[in-house]
Amino acid sequence: MPVREGIYGLLAEFDTPTELVVAAKASYNAGYRRMDCYTPYPVEEAAEAIGFDEPKEKGVSRVCLLGGILGGLAMFTLESWISIWAYPLDIAGRGKFSWVAFIIPAYEWTILWAGLCAGFGMLALNRLPSPYHPLFNAPNFRNGATSDKFFLCLEADDPRFSLTDTRSLLESLRPVSVVEVEH
Amino acid sequence: MATKDITPHNPMIDPETGEQRVIAPGYTFRSVTEKLTRIVLTPHTPLGWFFGFALAGSIAMMLLVAVTWLFLKGTGIWGITMPVAWGFAIINFVWWIGIGHAGTLISAILLLFKQKWRNSINRFAEAMTLFAVVCAAMFPVIHTGRPWLAIYWLFPYPNTMNYWPQFRSPLMWDVFAVSTYATISVVFWYIGMIPDLGTMRDRAKSKFGRFIYGQMALGWRGSSRHWMRYETASLLLAGLATPLVLSVHTVISFDFAVAIMPGWHTTIFPPYFVAGAIYSGFAMVLTLAIPIRKFYHLEDLITIRHLDNCGKVMLATGFIVAYGYMTDIAYAWYSADKWEFFMAWNRIFGPMGWSYWILIFSNIAFPLTTLWSRRLRQNVAYLFIVSIIVNTGMWFERFVIVVTSLTRDYLPSSWGTYRATRWDYMTFVGTLGLFTTLFFLFIRLLPMIPMSELRQILPGAKINQAELQHKGGD
Repeated sequence: MPVREGIYGLLAEFDTPTELVVAAKASYNAGYRRMDCYTPYPVEEAAEAIGFDEPKEKGVSRVCLLGGILGGLAMFTLESWISIWAYPLDIAGRGKFSWVAFIIPAYEWTILWAGLCAGFGMLALNRLPSPYHPLFNAPNFRNGATSDKFFLCLEADDPRFSLTDTRSLLESLRPVSVVEVEH
Repeated sequence: MATKDITPHNPMIDPETGEQRVIAPGYTFRSVTEKLTRIVLTPHTPLGWFFGFALAGSIAMMLLVAVTWLFLKGTGIWGITMPVAWGFAIINFVWWIGIGHAGTLISAILLLFKQKWRNSINRFAEAMTLFAVVCAAMFPVIHTGRPWLAIYWLFPYPNTMNYWPQFRSPLMWDVFAVSTYATISVVFWYIGMIPDLGTMRDRAKSKFGRFIYGQMALGWRGSSRHWMRYETASLLLAGLATPLVLSVHTVISFDFAVAIMPGWHTTIFPPYFVAGAIYSGFAMVLTLAIPIRKFYHLEDLITIRHLDNCGKVMLATGFIVAYGYMTDIAYAWYSADKWEFFMAWNRIFGPMGWSYWILIFSNIAFPLTTLWSRRLRQNVAYLFIVSIIVNTGMWFERFVIVVTSLTRDYLPSSWGTYRATRWDYMTFVGTLGLFTTLFFLFIRLLPMIPMSELRQILPGAKINQAELQHKGGD
């Protein structure tokens, strides 16, 4: 990855989730789109305020569904192939394709792969793991974002971003502080 | 409402509802974080921890000895023989897996039902699941005698013998049920811990701690987009873990129910096994939670409300278990099958009848008569005792199912008895040590109460809608 320099964005810190949501809404209404909120626990209203609609995105659910279908089919096919062709067991002339018995491992694998895909799919969609992120350079971010503070970051690659105007917008929203975040 | 017995100045009672609080008043985001991270990040490990860890570790060593000797000599060192070819190993397997089920119930089913009170006991109940599954999974594996040779008939993989497993056997179903259960439990547990690991990374003072927790947190930074996907993934995992947990003990009950052994071949087994699993699992949650909340002074976060609710779940599942016992006997009578009928009689009045009466006392007579009392359910000492009794009773339930059915089957000439050897006891007690050792490590190294979930139930967590309308109304 090429080393990037310059400003990643402006980070405003808030004390309460309500102030954060108000600020996020105001920034969104002012036309900013490249932005994100950072909260110590899920705040649905904050995601709504920055125009992120997870149910609409459906990423995680789709990956999960796909994983489930593939997992179940894979196990059922494997069992059928083993029992009919690869290692058929003739037990008192009973049928080889005893699909009822195959349902159980196939069911377990449906859940296994759906679960793995939901978990790892969520991480992949979130671009995690990413041990480095410019936000960790902000002096106040690590102290608060994962415990008790609420952050709004307007990112520099937004077309509307300008150091002065964006800063004055954020400062008008009465944050605890506004800091520049470097790459 | 039992408003009478509320002391007016008890801060743990919510004055609006008259119920015990889920979390003591006065906590803020920061104080919760501080309280819980300090347990892990403190440079001063409590002496009691070392003592407990050493004790549990030395009991776990016993397991190592027992298993080593087993691998050297074979399963002949155990008490299993004909006709009782399934002894302690299967009893312990079923018992341990059952204990694990309460963790999944708390983390998945109660999440789907939006039971917010579960948040603070969620993480360590899940950890309990994991460690119980570790102990459980070990038993069928070592029961094969030479597990390194068992791989080819347990897992479908291309091998030089051109051999493939037999998928019509419940034992194969077990392999997939238990391995899936273990994997999904790990994923659910770890995904649930990522935000808290982020907190640990940010609060850790030492460079080493920051590095380790930083790697484990995968760079979590609490972005709103991440949170929304994370919430979806959690709900999906909960939705998947729910049918999974019900299927696991069902599949285990198939090990018995599919066989034509009297006393095993019944359709009540799947639901009755699942209910028994949750019953013993909640008992184990109490056995662990009560000393931990005392030792780490977590009474504010794991409150009487949690213990009371665990008692209620035990009461409900205990009655399902009681119903299972009655159905078992009714089935024997209704079948008009003399073998079934004899089996029921033998279970209750036969030479091993004492084990049946222990289970009746410890699963039904004692807990189901006393757990009704709200006063008792809120009495910590009583709950601790009842949890130990129920755990013992549930172990004896599996003993009764496994052993008494096998000792006397169809042919009186092949009747026998069962006596566990010292290696059986050492292996069983050893797994208790292993379980406790893992638990000690867990509470020392990882946040045992999910901070991110706890923050959601704090008073400050709600968005103030009026303020939002007022300020963001433009």
